[in-house]
Amino acid sequence: MGSNGTKTAASERVAPSLIESHDLTMSFDPLKPVLREITCNILAGEFVAILGPSGCGKSTFLRIVAGLMSHTSGSLTIANQRPNEARRTAQSVAFVFQDPNLLPWRSVADNIALPLELRGVPREERMPQINQVLSLIGLTADDAGKQPRSLSGGMRMRVSLARALVTRPDVLLLDEPFAALDDVLRQQLNEELSRIWIAHRWTGLFVTHNVSEAVFLAQRVFVMSKRPGTIVADVRVPFGYPREPALRATADFARLCGDLSFRLREAAQ
Amino acid sequence: MKRIVAWILQTVLPPLSLFLMITVVWQAAVVVYQIKPYLLPSPLAVGAALIRDGSRLGSALAYTGAASLLGFSASLIVGTLIAFAFSQSRMLRNSSYPYFIFLQTVPIVAIAPLIVRWCGNGFQSVVLVAFILSLFPILSNATQGLLHIDPDLLDLFRLNNASRWQMLVKLRFPNAVPAICTGARTASGLAVVGAIVGEFFVGYGSRRFGLGYLINATNDQLELDRLFAAVLTSTLFGIAIFASINVVSATILRRWYDQAVEHRN
Repeated sequence: MGSNGTKTAASERVAPSLIESHDLTMSFDPLKPVLREITCNILAGEFVAILGPSGCGKSTFLRIVAGLMSHTSGSLTIANQRPNEARRTAQSVAFVFQDPNLLPWRSVADNIALPLELRGVPREERMPQINQVLSLIGLTADDAGKQPRSLSGGMRMRVSLARALVTRPDVLLLDEPFAALDDVLRQQLNEELSRIWIAHRWTGLFVTHNVSEAVFLAQRVFVMSKRPGTIVADVRVPFGYPREPALRATADFARLCGDLSFRLREAAQ
Repeated sequence: MKRIVAWILQTVLPPLSLFLMITVVWQAAVVVYQIKPYLLPSPLAVGAALIRDGSRLGSALAYTGAASLLGFSASLIVGTLIAFAFSQSRMLRNSSYPYFIFLQTVPIVAIAPLIVRWCGNGFQSVVLVAFILSLFPILSNATQGLLHIDPDLLDLFRLNNASRWQMLVKLRFPNAVPAICTGARTASGLAVVGAIVGEFFVGYGSRRFGLGYLINATNDQLELDRLFAAVLTSTLFGIAIFASINVVSATILRRWYDQAVEHRN
């Protein structure tokens, strides 16, 4: 596979692989599989973007990793466990949906508190964690008391992100979270997300159909073919972190985006 | 202030002026054509009966009001609880839902003898009729609200290893509140109807009486002015109940929606 292999920190190479998928296939109808023979390794603390044409099954793959759907054949493990077992025992898995999906009857702070509540974290321990994640994601104490309906789309997505981060996830799965936002906002949130990733180093899987978003965020980009989806390219992104907005204006960035766009177009055919 | 004036002009004034017009025409017709009072009483006679019967109407209203409120509260609680059970088991839902439709469609006249046989005649049976009539809208709306949930939200709860109980209390129930409010609005009117009609069939024989009895008795005695006064009282009571349920649900729903959704029937 064409990999733009460049130097990466030695520690990353040694890091154990956290998510392992081997010949994973998923189908509702045996004649029309959604995903076929997906094989990949994702290291602990790695940030991977999955790029693919619409309807290629990339969201389905993400849901299988989350343990929300099951695959038909092959294997997928997180820390050597099946996803829904891993979620219950060792690993904390958080998911950011395309839609912010906030509970309209809860305030911002209570929405962020939800995962902690469900996991039985005592009330007095929740507040400091919520405050921490609020400032991390760029929300003020004033915002915390608001109802979701009074927030803009971008703010809602920040809250949704905060709700995912509040559990300090080991694995963060993002399903086109910024697809509905305008370009400037999307770029801003990409910058913030990459900054948060540097600080917390969760293992990230970011599904998108936006090439420059994938390149800006990730260390590696998987390109998926059209349905039945499989990984047709595993491309290393050679830029170091922190990634500054100026990166988008560099020739290397443009070249890589162009290359990936070409592969994506090929994959869609 | 401006909004209140606009509200009066747009919402209150038109029906009120129509009411006045009809009353005037009606009064004139009764006088001009000398319509017999046992066929159609004049509005003035109805007004006089309303004042004359004030205390009887008041106690009848207390009886009917208590019966309908008890029946309504029972169906609100029982309907929501059954819906909870339905939301937990598809088998339970599929096997018993048809019988609740049966309960909704069976004419109350047809089962009135059974109700009397089992519960006796009097207040408790009137409450039961109000309950039976108002149960279904709450049950069906609550069930719908508990089950009709964004799949992503269910996934969000599942990802955090939520228990069934947590899903019910923190997701399904709050999600169902708007639907339960809609059901309650329909049910409140039906409970009043149930309390009045129920008295026709199962309320006889007790020492106290409600609006249903008054309507029946005054009709038998051809006292149509008093009949109209009783009907008017029931109507006003029905409107009052409906309006207060609307206010309560609008207050609750303000947390769910941008603006309390306006409901007109």
